Amino acid sequence: MFTYTFLQHYWWFLISLIAGIFAFLLFVQGGQSMLFSFSKTKDERKLLVNILGRKWHYTFTTLVVFGGAFFASFPLFYSTSFGGAYWIWMAILFCFTLQAVSYEFQSLPGNFLGARTYKSFLFINGVLGTFLVGVALATFFTGSEFTMSKGNIAGVGSVGPIISQWQNPWHGLEALVNLRNLSLGLAVLFLARTMACLYFINRLDHSVLQKRTHKYLTYNAVPFLFFFLIFVIWTFASDGFAVNPETKQVYMEKMKYLNNFLENPLLLSVFLIGVLGVLYGIIASALRPKYRKGVWFAGAGAILTVTMLIFITGINNTAFYPSVTDLQSSLTLQNSSSSKFTLNAMAWVSLFIPVVIAYIFYAWRALEKNHTSLEEVKANKAY
Amino acid sequence: MDLFNFSSVVDWSRLQFAMTAGYHWLFVPLTLGLAVIMSIMETIYVRTGNVEWKRAAKFWMKIFGINFAIGVATGIILEFQFGTNWSNYSWFVGDIFGAPLAIEGIVAFFLEATFISIMFFGWNKVSRKAHLAATWLVTLGATLSALWILIANAWMQYPIGMEFNPETVRNEMVDFWAIALSPVAINKFFHTVLSGWATGAAFVLAISSWFLIKKRNQDFALKSIRIGAIFGLISFVLIAVTGDGSGYEVAQKQPMKIAAMEGLYEGKEGAGLVAIGVLNPAKADKSNYDKGDAFLFKIELPKLLSIMGYRQLNAFVPGIRDIIDGGYTLQDGTIALSFEEKKVRGEKAIEALANYQVAKTEGRDDELAGFEATLLDNFAYFGYGYLDKPEQTIPNVPLLFYTFRVMVAIGFYYILLFAIVWFFNRKKTLLDNRWILYVSLWSLPLAYIAGQAGWIVSEVGRQPWAIQDILPVQASISSLEVGSVMTTFMLFLIMFTVLLIAEVSIMVKQIKKGPEEDSDDKPVY
Repeated sequence: MFTYTFLQHYWWFLISLIAGIFAFLLFVQGGQSMLFSFSKTKDERKLLVNILGRKWHYTFTTLVVFGGAFFASFPLFYSTSFGGAYWIWMAILFCFTLQAVSYEFQSLPGNFLGARTYKSFLFINGVLGTFLVGVALATFFTGSEFTMSKGNIAGVGSVGPIISQWQNPWHGLEALVNLRNLSLGLAVLFLARTMACLYFINRLDHSVLQKRTHKYLTYNAVPFLFFFLIFVIWTFASDGFAVNPETKQVYMEKMKYLNNFLENPLLLSVFLIGVLGVLYGIIASALRPKYRKGVWFAGAGAILTVTMLIFITGINNTAFYPSVTDLQSSLTLQNSSSSKFTLNAMAWVSLFIPVVIAYIFYAWRALEKNHTSLEEVKANKAY
Repeated sequence: MDLFNFSSVVDWSRLQFAMTAGYHWLFVPLTLGLAVIMSIMETIYVRTGNVEWKRAAKFWMKIFGINFAIGVATGIILEFQFGTNWSNYSWFVGDIFGAPLAIEGIVAFFLEATFISIMFFGWNKVSRKAHLAATWLVTLGATLSALWILIANAWMQYPIGMEFNPETVRNEMVDFWAIALSPVAINKFFHTVLSGWATGAAFVLAISSWFLIKKRNQDFALKSIRIGAIFGLISFVLIAVTGDGSGYEVAQKQPMKIAAMEGLYEGKEGAGLVAIGVLNPAKADKSNYDKGDAFLFKIELPKLLSIMGYRQLNAFVPGIRDIIDGGYTLQDGTIALSFEEKKVRGEKAIEALANYQVAKTEGRDDELAGFEATLLDNFAYFGYGYLDKPEQTIPNVPLLFYTFRVMVAIGFYYILLFAIVWFFNRKKTLLDNRWILYVSLWSLPLAYIAGQAGWIVSEVGRQPWAIQDILPVQASISSLEVGSVMTTFMLFLIMFTVLLIAEVSIMVKQIKKGPEEDSDDKPVY
């Protein structure tokens, strides 16, 4: 029914969309990163932990689905990146594992490590988790040092039976010394913190924290915009990893990512709408103290912006996970995707996604009819 | 005997995965079991309006919540380890294996994660029926999650519904339903989920018994036992039924595994099942597979292995030596190949694949069909091409033999225990027979041991294969240094151990606190 090429692009879009949704949901981590600085009293901290704690499942589950969907649709990425950039992915996993238990454990008696330790885990997850995810995603634009040859498994070549080989002993940590990667890492961190401020504005029923939030919104939005612009301008001005559609050879093309947008005006429009949404959400919230809906504009904007940024790394004859050691080892939608049969079967499963969105919407509405106050937190199950 | 090679990335990767899976399976069974029990209790509350049932449901939900978080934490690491530590595997079978993982995420995890928030925070925010629906949807999500990951696991034991594509150098899915509905998957799902239910029931029985021993919250404890006893009894009986089904499937699809589980080196017709036995330690050295007696001592149940494995009194059950030497008649009437013959065919398949790849690169397209035909003719034994010696195909026999018996013995022990508890509870004499309360309490570790033993039988029994006959573990790994995997293993071990201590400590405190007064619809937390 669908062509193989369509299914590859469809799944690349879904992966990009999940990444976009994940970027928005990182507001939970952003809030965690401000746990010690933003709240001044025990009660304030309790309120923050609880309004964030009611949402941590969504971010975590989205990360799990991101991994599962990537495995199912582009298994060669799963194989090459996770097996090669071992340490950066492991560090991300550690950060998120710490988060999973911390909300539930931190306030319960007998928790062995003490409440402050679990809150520190949340802080680590908030700062390092977001930053490292940004750095890892930046390598989609800047490339990594690996070689890949599927024939290895049959003994073709001289490197043994393993398909991909990382070409340095740092296994992903080398991405931390690339300034462009760092700029996206910092942009994601400050985006998460900005989103957290907008989420707090939307949810909190606490006059002191409300006032403080507006100040923190500015503190975080400015560095976010700064690092985001550095990354985007640098990326648009840089060479990108293009694929010759005839020969399938990968080569460097000047301003490839900008070209991808310019050659696809619809995607560029969506990207720009996303950026405007983020800016509107931030500026409207910063200028109007009683305005609470900024998170929805900025959230939708972040989803669109990130979705488009990731999407253009794979479309229009681009290698989405490039190798700087051997260009021809780079991963493209064509050489790394699952078979047509699997992508097609999974496309049917993806029809379930609107149902998922519908019940998340229901659950969110059911629990968030009113703004959250300290009294409400104390009267119910609380973290 | 090479039990563990400290300089082997394969062994460290296996150990890391086994350790993570082992910890994960400490938490997941309780999640599966408690989910059903608390859902039943809340259902009774909604139907009767009796707030005592709500108190009971909320108490077990509190325990569920503590346990759920750590299960999630270990689960995500398992998912990503397929890529981080088993990168060859991820490409070679990712076309098939990735799909259930993605479906698990889309269909099950979000269901669980979304409605768990309503279950915990929605008591006064949604109607009673909507809350009950949320609780059951959490249970459904947890169960569906188990379904899809077990389908993926079953496929590793019995790879079907796929074809090898020499151009992409991987197995590709051609029949989704054959994979999803494979008899191994169906049986494994029921057997495993039932074992989770049984663990939940054993947990509820043990904790409720503690309350009765302490003469605290007796109404709550008796209510919990009323549900837990019948739920546990049914679960353990059904585990025995599905266990028999598992035995049959293993005999049919993984004859080496069942031979190792039975310590059966020399095959025979009308083979008996060893009820109790002591293996000959000399045979632990796999190279002695064809020398000496298998047992120092054994008591056998006659014919039972043939009946379980082949549904015939006198069916021939091949032993380890037969499977290596070949030459016996298979169920389909063909003659079994020896290890050497399989190895030759595996090497032919690998060579044909290499030739195919080289020819393709060099543009010799006219030769591709020939190489492909040779490859596909021999593909069933592809994995044997990576092995050197026949003993590499033998899993750890002592570990399998003893853990299998531990698992089965605990299973039957629990059937008896639950039957007695159910009887006393029905006769309302449970409080008069305090000994059974002590037995119920102190038996709890056995339920966990049985669960761990079950996974050891399943996964150690699959060795050396990552994918049965197709891909051995040594050809499945990532290109990593030993030091890297050793370091992450240590970090995970420390983290999981600390978190386990914290969890147990929190649970003990919460259990001691007991269900709190809740005379109306106010939340108890």
